Amino acid sequence: MNRPQSNPGSFVSPIRDATPCLQRQPATPGAESACILVQGAWRAAQLAEPGVWRALQKDLTAAMATGEAREAPGWDLRDVQELDHTGAQVLWNVWGRQWPKRLDTLPTQRALLARVARYTTPLPAPGRATLLGYYLVFGNRVLRFLDHLHALLLLLGQLLLDTLRLLRHPGQGPWRDVSGHLTQIGARALPITALVGFLIGVVLAYLMTRQLKLLGADLFIVDLLGISLIRELGPVLAAVLIAGRSGSTITAQIGVMRVTEEIDAMRVLGIAQGFRLVLPRVLAMTLAMPLISVWTTLAALTGGILVADLLMQIPPSYFVRSLPGAVDVANLLLATAKSAVFGALIALIGCHYGLRVQPNTESLGQGTTASVVTSITVVILVDALFAVLFKDVGL
Amino acid sequence: MSSAAPDPIVEPVVEIDQLTSVFHAAGQDLVVHQDLDLRIEAGELLSIVGGSGSGKTVLLRQILGLVRPHRGRVTVLGQPAERLGDAGAASRVGMLFQHGALFSAFSVLDNIAFALRELKTLPDDLVRDVALVKLQMVGLDAMQAHKMPAELSGGMVKRVALARALVMDPPLLLLDEPTAGLDPDGADGFCELLRALHRELALTVVMVTHDLDTLFELSTRVAVLADKRVIVSGTLPEVMAFPHPFIHNFFGGQRGQRARLQLPA
Repeated sequence: MNRPQSNPGSFVSPIRDATPCLQRQPATPGAESACILVQGAWRAAQLAEPGVWRALQKDLTAAMATGEAREAPGWDLRDVQELDHTGAQVLWNVWGRQWPKRLDTLPTQRALLARVARYTTPLPAPGRATLLGYYLVFGNRVLRFLDHLHALLLLLGQLLLDTLRLLRHPGQGPWRDVSGHLTQIGARALPITALVGFLIGVVLAYLMTRQLKLLGADLFIVDLLGISLIRELGPVLAAVLIAGRSGSTITAQIGVMRVTEEIDAMRVLGIAQGFRLVLPRVLAMTLAMPLISVWTTLAALTGGILVADLLMQIPPSYFVRSLPGAVDVANLLLATAKSAVFGALIALIGCHYGLRVQPNTESLGQGTTASVVTSITVVILVDALFAVLFKDVGL
Repeated sequence: MSSAAPDPIVEPVVEIDQLTSVFHAAGQDLVVHQDLDLRIEAGELLSIVGGSGSGKTVLLRQILGLVRPHRGRVTVLGQPAERLGDAGAASRVGMLFQHGALFSAFSVLDNIAFALRELKTLPDDLVRDVALVKLQMVGLDAMQAHKMPAELSGGMVKRVALARALVMDPPLLLLDEPTAGLDPDGADGFCELLRALHRELALTVVMVTHDLDTLFELSTRVAVLADKRVIVSGTLPEVMAFPHPFIHNFFGGQRGQRARLQLPA
C-alpha cells in the first residue's frame, strides 16, 4: 500500500501497523522526562480511515491535558513511517501551534513541520453580516432589479430599431436563422404540446361532465369547454410549455456563446448581436407561438369532444356544429394576439438572461432557471392584464 | 514494508509496457501509440515532448486511468492505472489540468479542501488548516481563500489547481502544459514554484509541455514521442544529439536556439 521509504531512524520489525498512533513513554528516573512516541504513517489517507481519527482523538486530548497539567512531555517523531502535511498539521495543532520544548525529528520531518508552522494562519473572516450589510444587500437587489428593467428596455429598443431595419431592407434579414428557429421552436414542439393539450382537455371535460350532469345542463359543455380552452387555457398552456422548452434553450444557447466569448467575437467581426441573435429568435417565436397555441387548443378540444361523446353521449358532430354559436370568433382572435405577445416576451426574456450570463458555468445554470421562472410569471401576469383589458370582448 | 537497505532497488513510479492506443474516428482506426515503453523513476522531473497529435495528453490520461489502453499495461505506484479512480486517489496522484479545471461552484478554499473533505472523517477545522497551508505553499495569500474561481487570474487559477492537486501530498504529480496561457513573468514564477515543490516535497513530476523555456528550466529527463513511440529519452544534451527530423525541428528552430542559450554549459 505505502511506498517503501527508507527510514534510518526505525529499527523495528519489517511488518508493522501503519495506523497512526501515540505511544507514551514514562519518564525514566534521573535521565529523561516523559516522552510521547509518534508511530505509524501520518498521512491523510491513513488518518481518514474509519475509526482511526476517533481513536487518535482520545490519545491526542490525553497528551494535551497532561502537557498542561504537569511538565510538558517531549515528542519523538523519528519512528514515524511517513509524514505528510496533514499529519504535520495534526501534530502542530496538538502542540498549540508552537514548537514543543523537546522534539526529536528527522531533518525532512522538521522541514515539513517548519513549512506547516510558517503557513498556518487563522482563516480571514469572510465578512460578517451586519445591519448595514443587509441594507446594502437590499439596495443591491433594488439596483439589480432596476438594471434588469433598464437592460430589458434597451433590448426592446434595439429590437424595434432592428425591426425597422428589417422592414427597410428585407433582403438583408437573417432569414436562414429565422427558419431554423421556426423549426426548432415551432415544428419540434408540436408532439409535446399536442399530448399535454389533449390530456388537459380530457381531464377538464371529465370534471365538468360530473358537475353538469348534477344540474342536468349537459349541453353547456360546449360553451364551457369552448370558452375556457380557446380563450384562456390553450394560449397559456402553450406559452408555459414553450417557455420551459424553448425559453430555456434560448438562454442556454446565448449563455454558452457568452461563456465561450463567441458574442465578443461576433461584435469584433462587426456583426450586430441584436440583429443576428435577438431578432431572429423573437421573430420566430412571435410567428410560431400563435400557431402552437391554436394547435394546443385543437388538441385539448379533441380530448374534450372525446370525453363528451363517451360519458355524455354528445356526438362530435353536434359539438362541432354548436361551437361557433357558443364561442364568439373574437375569442379566437384575442387568443391569437395574446399568444403572439407571449411568444415575443418569452424570446425577449430568454435573450435578456442569456446575454447577462457571466463567463462561468454556475452563472449559466442560474440564468437559465431565472429565465424560465421569469417568463412563466410574465406570461401569467400579461394574461391577467389581457383578461382585464378585454373583459367586454367576445363574452 | 521492509526496512530499507542502504541502496535499495526502488521500483519505478510509472511503468508503461507495450502500450498500444487506437482511436476510432470517422470509421477509421487511428493508431496513436504502438508498443510504447516508458519507465519513470522516483524523484524525476520528466518532460514529455512531441508534435501535435503525437498522443502526449493521451499518455497522461492513460497514466491517470482516464483512458483505457487498447493493449499493454500502465502501472502506477505498483498498481494498474485503472484503479486510480478509487476513493482516496488524491493521495496517490495529483493532476494539474491545462485550464485548471477548478470547480466553479466552490470557493478557492473549498476547491483545495475538496478531496480531504470528501473523506468525511477528518474534522472540518483540520481540513481548513491543511487547505490554507497548501494555498500559501503555492504562493497565494490567505486573503484569496474566499474568492470564487471566476474572480481569479489565469496564473492564480493554475496555482490554486496545483494546491488542489497536492492537497493529500501525492508522490506523483502530472502537469499538462503547466505554463500555457501564462505571461512570461507568470510562467517564470510558476516554473520557480514547481522546481521548489519538486525539491522540497521529493515529488516525481511528469510534464507535457510545448514551452521550450519551461522544458529547459525544469526537466531532469526528456522523453520524445514520435512515430507512435518514445524515440529517445534522456538528459537534454543526449536528446538534442539524437538524429531525428522531429528533434532537429523542435530544438533546432529559432525558439530552440534561444532557449538553448540559457542552458548552463
